[in-house]
Amino acid sequence: MVDVTHYLVLSTIVFSIGVVGVLTRRNVIIILMSIELMLNSVNLNLVAFSDRLQDPSGQVFAVFVITVAAAEAAVGLGIIIALFRNKETVNVDEIDLMRG
Amino acid sequence: MPEVPQNPLEFFLQNAAAIGPPLHLILWGLVILCWGFWTLPRNGGRGLLYRFLRLFQHPAVLAVGGLTMASLQLYRLWGVNSGPAFYNMITLDSFAMYFDMLFLVAALLVVIMSYKYLDIEEEQHTEYYALILFATAGMMFMAGAIDLVSLFVSLELMSIATYVLVGFLRGKKRSNEASLKYFLLGAFSTGIILYGMSLVYGLGGSTNLNEIGRQITQLEDNSLLTLSLLMMMAGLCFKIAAVPFHMWVPDAYEGAPTPITAFMSVAVKAAAFAIFFRILFVAFEGLWELYVFPLALISMVTITLGNVAALTQNNVKRLLAYSSISHAGFVLMGVVAGTERGITASAIYLLAYTFMNLGIWAGVILLRRKDIPGERVEDFDGLFFRHPAVAVLMLVFFLSLAGIPPLAGFIAKYYVFTAVLEVAFTQGEPYSSLMVWLAVVGALNVVVSIFYYLRIVVSMFMKTEYLPVPLSFSKGLVVVLVVTGVFTLLIGVYPEPFIRLAQSVNLPLI
Repeated sequence: MVDVTHYLVLSTIVFSIGVVGVLTRRNVIIILMSIELMLNSVNLNLVAFSDRLQDPSGQVFAVFVITVAAAEAAVGLGIIIALFRNKETVNVDEIDLMRG
Repeated sequence: MPEVPQNPLEFFLQNAAAIGPPLHLILWGLVILCWGFWTLPRNGGRGLLYRFLRLFQHPAVLAVGGLTMASLQLYRLWGVNSGPAFYNMITLDSFAMYFDMLFLVAALLVVIMSYKYLDIEEEQHTEYYALILFATAGMMFMAGAIDLVSLFVSLELMSIATYVLVGFLRGKKRSNEASLKYFLLGAFSTGIILYGMSLVYGLGGSTNLNEIGRQITQLEDNSLLTLSLLMMMAGLCFKIAAVPFHMWVPDAYEGAPTPITAFMSVAVKAAAFAIFFRILFVAFEGLWELYVFPLALISMVTITLGNVAALTQNNVKRLLAYSSISHAGFVLMGVVAGTERGITASAIYLLAYTFMNLGIWAGVILLRRKDIPGERVEDFDGLFFRHPAVAVLMLVFFLSLAGIPPLAGFIAKYYVFTAVLEVAFTQGEPYSSLMVWLAVVGALNVVVSIFYYLRIVVSMFMKTEYLPVPLSFSKGLVVVLVVTGVFTLLIGVYPEPFIRLAQSVNLPLI
């Protein structure tokens, strides 16, 4: 029997992979993908709780998270393209004009 | 679950009062976007209609129009609590109204100090003003949100618009870089907040903040609750730029267009504080003992680190970024107190900070001239001998930021300190000594902050040589300087009405 704890464990693992990816990867695109993983682990949580509570608002929330994640990815890729035009790199270590 | 209404239009009209002001902003923002595609001929004669349309040719005029309409709408609804609307999604209570007013004032001042700056940067585009309106609408929804879903969506409406605004100087590497850093850390923090929200939803069994507040107090097991509380607090600390999560602030503030930096340091921060209040005092009501220690620690470290880092900066935008971090720490003191007086103190601090900080940023924008970035401390050299009025106003703002009476900053700091000390006297150990320590750290930091503000003042009044290039005055900037100057003085000298206004801010628990 698969109950809500299993989903929670899975979402925690996915979330942790996302966090570690954001903190350790140097490629901006991969960081963006890791953030997407974090958001999807949230969706997993929300839907699992929604099923457990027999309450539809969690699924509504998940739909909103998906929508906003799409908007965020669009803006993020736009920013990366704007940066890439001026400075041909997607490595965050090389994006270091401002320090101190 | 309430019944689905038969007539959607009727349902909308019944609930529209709660979202009236931000709705105005969104509609005007859309109008501005459409307007950008349509240009009037340069020489259209002297007809009355042509001249009327010519007046609205500049998108800044439309943005000011939209903000004015929203303000009038807010004024019309002032003092009347709309109650929960749209199935308990959003409300327009005294708390939301106070913050709405703050956002509208900030956005209005930012718009009128922007247009000349954008001409100088050669990035005059209509989207800029539309995005400011959308971001402001997002903030207003944030202040009124009483459900996790509406809270999250409005937070993102504000954040996404701000990410774009920070990177608005497309040709500049610094602006691109600032935007990217702000975006990555902002999206990361959103992920953390969301994970906390999903856990809270599971624990509370509802996405409604009041309902969560009711359910959570009955919980036995606290470990998951503590985790979700900490995650949401960590994410929100990103947004208000509190220390361990402040790394993006100096970079984003330095690279962004200066009016947007001003907007972020004032309005975006206030909006993040608004949801901070809602979440802590409505959803996590009664868990004060659980979060007071980490929050007080964050507040102390934020104030200290912001000030110490500001001491060594030579770039004014970066210096003010660190100063804004330390001010966030002061506002956080009111949140730590967690009392009614604490909310009042934070509210009045944010109001005073809006005026004095926008004044400073208007001064920094003045120094941005064609081919001169005007961002170093030396660029302030000899300002008093060229434009004594501007220099004196800047002195007023800096003294106010430092918290010297009789200026707005003093009243704000006074309220924050008394709110914390009040808790110290009413609560038992260990909370009373924690509060005393918090007040002591805050008071010591006031002295430190005077030091770096005076560095700029010295450069303005003691150095006599200056660059013989005229400052970039515009009507809007003069208006901003005068308005912020007047209010900085007024809040300090005659604080009565402003305090009464801030005291009306409370979070009614339904």
